[in-house]
Amino acid sequence: MQKTYYDPADLKKFGKISEWNQELGDKFFEYYGKVFEEGALTAREKSLIALAVSHTEQCPYCIDAYTKDGLQRGITKEEMMEALHVGAAIKSGATLVHGVQMMNKVNKLEM
Amino acid sequence: MATKSLHKRESDLANSNRQLEILSNGIFQNGELPTFKSKISETNQFPLKAKKLEILQINVGYMCNQVCEHCHVDAGPDRKEIMTRETMLQCLDVIKNTGAHTLDLTGGAPEMNPDFRWFVEEAAKAGIKDFIVRSNLTIIRANKKYYDLPEFFKKHNVHVVSSMPHWTRGKTDKQRGDGVFDKSIKALQELNAIGYGMPDSSLRLDLVYNPSGAFLPGDQASMEKDFKKALKDDFDIQFHNLFAITNLPISRFLDYLIASENYEDYMYSLVEAYNPTAVANVMCTNTLSISWDGYLFDCDFNQMLELPVNSKVKHISEYNESLLEGRNIVISQHCYGCTAGAGSSCQGVVA
Repeated sequence: MQKTYYDPADLKKFGKISEWNQELGDKFFEYYGKVFEEGALTAREKSLIALAVSHTEQCPYCIDAYTKDGLQRGITKEEMMEALHVGAAIKSGATLVHGVQMMNKVNKLEM
Repeated sequence: MATKSLHKRESDLANSNRQLEILSNGIFQNGELPTFKSKISETNQFPLKAKKLEILQINVGYMCNQVCEHCHVDAGPDRKEIMTRETMLQCLDVIKNTGAHTLDLTGGAPEMNPDFRWFVEEAAKAGIKDFIVRSNLTIIRANKKYYDLPEFFKKHNVHVVSSMPHWTRGKTDKQRGDGVFDKSIKALQELNAIGYGMPDSSLRLDLVYNPSGAFLPGDQASMEKDFKKALKDDFDIQFHNLFAITNLPISRFLDYLIASENYEDYMYSLVEAYNPTAVANVMCTNTLSISWDGYLFDCDFNQMLELPVNSKVKHISEYNESLLEGRNIVISQHCYGCTAGAGSSCQGVVA
């Protein structure tokens, strides 16, 4: 058994998930590829969204992949970091907006 | 930022045999990755053969005013290899008799060869139709004696192809040296001012993008769009096309890959992005590379690796088009650089 949960070399083996379920694996990769094609959003915009979501999902494979993808598309460090702050803002906002629920509960329970 | 060539630093990697060894050992020897030969054999494309010659690419010397991190020529101010007028005369004899329509001058900074202008004038007289000079742009601002280069290019209708790794100062200077971005911008504005790169202008100005690190270039068309918008908005600069070129794992770029522990991942990226369609049009199939001392190679990269053409004819003085046509191209693992994704050549993508 390996001693760590994450191995960078595993990212290259992503495609192997199809080996244990070809049909669903194929459908997933076809869908995945389609999502990132140029559409109403540019492939560049999608790459930045993916980078921000990779961080909020805290997926090390995705972070490696979309940082490199961004560099390949000529995305700058400044753009990358700004995208991350969008993800971080939503994450913290999502935490804090639940504060209203907390406040509601306190107000309901307290005399 | 490097300030000296690998040659000057007496680096192990200044030795082309050492580079070829690295490219054949490790992951390619133990079968983790297929060699280029076995890869192209899968689609019956081995041996790769030269087609009709279209482009003569002449390297007029390795001297350069810049020392770029990724340079596959290992060029710099300390390189003294320079083409003599005698070798140029031999090239001119070939130009007069060849079917090649394009003359592509490279270096180093080709403009630093003392006979550069003479050679361009003579080649123009010899009837070359498409004339490319691979200019690093900063040379135009490097010294007073070069200030009139844009006018000289214009007079001879030279097609200017210039490197520009990014539209931002930070990324450009990191790869090419401090101050390179500002000088390049100034040079581009001067070229625009006399008509180069303007829409519908016959004075061609193209830019070359190569990644500033261990990653592959993105889609050429979308990069071109981004470059055009940024250069126009920020500096009112226009140009015609952007060529996205993949960095090949040789010389200073190989040195960087190894030092930054990116070599294996980079080779994986190249092999994963392998595109058999690109193989059919790689530039070695229609280009011949001539070194500063007149020797013949399948491409500029093979020239740096000192892999001569596989032909009885080895030198420009014994040039024979019919003997060179159909020759087997000399390959190694660096060739994956030209077949990744949409392919890569001195003229940009090939597939």
